[in-house]
Amino acid sequence: MLQAITLSCLRGDRRLFSNLSVTVQPGTLLAVVGENGSGKTSLLRMLLGFLSPEDGAILWQGQDIREQREQYCAQLTYVGHLNGIKDDLTAMENLDLSASLAGDHCDGPVAHAALEAVGLRHQMHQLPTKVLSQGQKRRVALARLWLSTRPLWLLDEPFTSLDTAATGLVTEQLHKHLTRGGIAIVVTHQEVGLPSSLIQHLRING
Amino acid sequence: MNRPSLWEALRGVVRRDLLLAMRRRSDVAMSVFFLVIVASLFPLGVGPEPAVLKTIGAGVLWVAALLACLLSLGRVFTADYLDGVLEQMVLIAQPLPVLVVGKVFAHWIVSGLPVVLLSPLLGLQFGLNGEALGVLVLSLLLGTPTLSMIGAIGAALVLGVRGSGLLVALLVLPLYVPVLIFGAGAVTSSMAGIGGEANLSLLGACLVVSLFFSPWATAAALRIALE
Repeated sequence: MLQAITLSCLRGDRRLFSNLSVTVQPGTLLAVVGENGSGKTSLLRMLLGFLSPEDGAILWQGQDIREQREQYCAQLTYVGHLNGIKDDLTAMENLDLSASLAGDHCDGPVAHAALEAVGLRHQMHQLPTKVLSQGQKRRVALARLWLSTRPLWLLDEPFTSLDTAATGLVTEQLHKHLTRGGIAIVVTHQEVGLPSSLIQHLRING
Repeated sequence: MNRPSLWEALRGVVRRDLLLAMRRRSDVAMSVFFLVIVASLFPLGVGPEPAVLKTIGAGVLWVAALLACLLSLGRVFTADYLDGVLEQMVLIAQPLPVLVVGKVFAHWIVSGLPVVLLSPLLGLQFGLNGEALGVLVLSLLLGTPTLSMIGAIGAALVLGVRGSGLLVALLVLPLYVPVLIFGAGAVTSSMAGIGGEANLSLLGACLVVSLFFSPWATAAALRIALE
């Protein structure tokens, strides 16, 4: 269970949001929506521990995340607005390195399967990612979701530059994650195509 | 669950950076060539007088090594910061300072070690004798990791700042002064016959101190950059 208690966020002189409280139960997707610049990504970065809240606290399983940074990090998978992949490395190497650094199980067949699952054909796996299109790079970054069995996923605009087929694949994977009892926090402008019983909306007003 | 051991995380960071360096060999070659060219310009400029070259040799080589290190500092964190790999690194379930040590170690392998290996050859251009060359190599072996360690703090502090190349030089060069003095001093004093041990010990002390403080300072600077 992830809880945010009376969070407020101050960036420079501007107050993005204050007194924000939300509780996300296992098996739920929290869709964070709001206008551009309203503080959606700031909220996500707070949940990741990059940004300290001006006020309030974030609790994971009842304990403040600042007091258990390493244990908390071991529970989460984050795919940011930046892909976090290296242009000079192949899709396989990128996936292998980021998964092994995170401590997820990843060997050749598993990585190939994950890339296939996200819709990248076999011949693309050994190409440096700089020759791939924007959407394909996004798919390489999102392939980590197929390797992650962690309970908490934090995704920043996961569907940007994805086509409808890939959006469907990612949504399906999110559904699987939720039925396993996982939590997903998704910052998005698009509607997530999941049953509304699984989705909890959080609107941030700037 | 799902937590890499400290050793696995450290090895992963080093492996990624070395793999990247292999893919972009031109970057690596650039700072090595810079060192060779700067060191070779001095005998051409000052003239072939052996006595003069012998006196300035150690200092010139040390300054060249220091500038070559400075040139490569931009590579340590900037690319990772821009493509989001740094965010992922900070989220690894191991202490960030340890991962910083991995990054700095990879940086040293790529930019410091070639300098150490090339230095005897460059030293010959200045007419340094066998013993002086040995001390030069030893001083660089102790000094270049210190340069990488101190440089990492600067490289992390200037992340996301415009014109960071010059700023990192301004931040880091004053901190390089002791390393330069002890490094060049070791070679000069060994040539003067009083032995370079004292200066080498001080270089070793600099390395230990930087190994102790730099990872923490760098990790703090990285956290600020990601806010």
